[in-house]
Amino acid sequence: MTRKPTTVTAPLPLPQAAPAMQAETPLPAARRDIAPLLLVPLLMLAVLPFVSFPTWITLTVAGLAMGMMIFIMASGLTLVFGLMNVLNFGHGAFVSVGAFSATLVLLPMRDWLEADSLAANLGALGLAVLLAMAVTGLLGWVFERVLIMPVYGQHLKQILITMGGMIVSEQLINVIWGAEQLPLPLPAALHGALFLGDAAIEKYRLVAVVVGLVVFAAMFLTLNRTRIGLLIRAGVENGDMVEALGYRIRRLFVAVFAAGSALAGLGGVMWGLYKETLTASMGADITVMIFIVIIIGGLGSVGGCFIGALLMALAGNYAGFLAPKVALVSNIILMIAILLWRPAGLYSKSRS
Amino acid sequence: MAHPNLRDVNAAPAADPILTLSGVHTHIGQYHILQGVDMAVPRGGLAVLLGRNGAGKTTTLRTIMGLWKASRGSIVFDGRDISKMTTPDIARAGIAYVPESMAVFSELTVRENLYLAARSGPLDAARVDWICGFFPALKRFWNYPAGNLSGGQKQMVAIARAIVEPRQLLLVDEPTKGLAPAIVQSLMAAFRELKDTRTTILLVEQNFNFVRSLGDSVSVMDDGRVVHAGLMHDLAGDAALQQRLLGLSLDSHQ
Repeated sequence: MTRKPTTVTAPLPLPQAAPAMQAETPLPAARRDIAPLLLVPLLMLAVLPFVSFPTWITLTVAGLAMGMMIFIMASGLTLVFGLMNVLNFGHGAFVSVGAFSATLVLLPMRDWLEADSLAANLGALGLAVLLAMAVTGLLGWVFERVLIMPVYGQHLKQILITMGGMIVSEQLINVIWGAEQLPLPLPAALHGALFLGDAAIEKYRLVAVVVGLVVFAAMFLTLNRTRIGLLIRAGVENGDMVEALGYRIRRLFVAVFAAGSALAGLGGVMWGLYKETLTASMGADITVMIFIVIIIGGLGSVGGCFIGALLMALAGNYAGFLAPKVALVSNIILMIAILLWRPAGLYSKSRS
Repeated sequence: MAHPNLRDVNAAPAADPILTLSGVHTHIGQYHILQGVDMAVPRGGLAVLLGRNGAGKTTTLRTIMGLWKASRGSIVFDGRDISKMTTPDIARAGIAYVPESMAVFSELTVRENLYLAARSGPLDAARVDWICGFFPALKRFWNYPAGNLSGGQKQMVAIARAIVEPRQLLLVDEPTKGLAPAIVQSLMAAFRELKDTRTTILLVEQNFNFVRSLGDSVSVMDDGRVVHAGLMHDLAGDAALQQRLLGLSLDSHQ
């Protein structure tokens, strides 16, 4: 209970005439904070003088593709944290499970993948993605009910139990699919590269960029144009008030958790196809990167997560080419630089 | 018992109360904030809850709303006990809440704030027009993020959110706090309009001048209990009683 400083209310002189409030107050400028957004093209341009143009194109497209995949995996986690203050260290489990679930479709349908028909390729891929998202969405729902609900509001327990959940998921993958690496074949139509002058652009990376943009646009529209999206944003800012307006925020949270898990599953499939081999620990391996991205972006902010993912992947790619030793620590350097500039992340919900 | 002489709680039993608190206790962590609140809010009027800072007024509203759980006692709203219900269910039972912090969703526009408050569907244009009649600033900043508005304008958003659909009971926590006299004046006009619609309002205030002409009934809290309940008319006309309830309770804790 916070005790406010005691003040005796003095009789307040009330003006007789109703004031004209409209005329003098100037319209507040619509505050659009675009500085973080500009960082992405700025970073791209900053590297241009140091590499040849074709190399720059290749590196940039690869960086964007990787950034999009990380964004898809991380976006659910940032909302989960923003909405219910839940730290889910087991988010990587959905990445692995999603990728392995996809093999249930892709391996039996290998013929379709190898067929010289884009429609057959994409059909098999689409089916695999749907299955992976259904499995991870369902797993997310169970994960929330069984593991996270009992530890609402207790961060230490959340970290322990969600890490435990991830270990169990990894072992389950080993039980079901074996402990060996599993190859995940890329459809024939997505093999190879396009050439733009001298610059080679792998087709699959272009697909990843397009899928990432579509997911971002869909999330953006949902969060800005639908009641449920507005409720999610309102809930991130003030959950109590959303409840006081008559909405059950826990139900909303479970839905967001399941949707975020399904997105992680989608990201897992894309990540698996990118690497073309699957290991049970692939989710755990990428968890650190996912956390760095949502911290850079500002916990709870989808836009920040998007920019953070692009920045991190681009920086990693550029550094890997220009100064391979720096690439090992480029994530950390980026995080430190951004947190020095904005200690709560690019788009922090607690700022303002 | 701090002020045994002030326990005239039953001075004015409300006929047909819409909300009745009986022996409500609320604990927040280790603190025992509400220590047996008894209060009745008459249907269709404006009830004022006065008291010094820390007396438990805000906690009373939050407990009614289910944001703190009552550890003992009953809260009967419109014939049913809501003390064990969740906040969303209490809101759906017909209670709207304007917290002291206003809690406008700052990233969302004024329109989106009101849209979320209108649970049953799209905004009712006629009702929005009516609200903008006494809060013209809302129309003006309709598509602006609510976080960009001034304190007074945010308060208007917060109140508009509570009344954008008809509700049976409004809980309003210190709406005039920190606002310029001009804004206070337009809030006063808004509450008068609302009174005309026969909406029941429970208004927590420190500013006695603001509520003396608005209130129908009044309760005064001190140390987690209601120590006086009666008609505002009687309190407003009795300087000695004011001194005893408001002056005394303030002085004794300085």
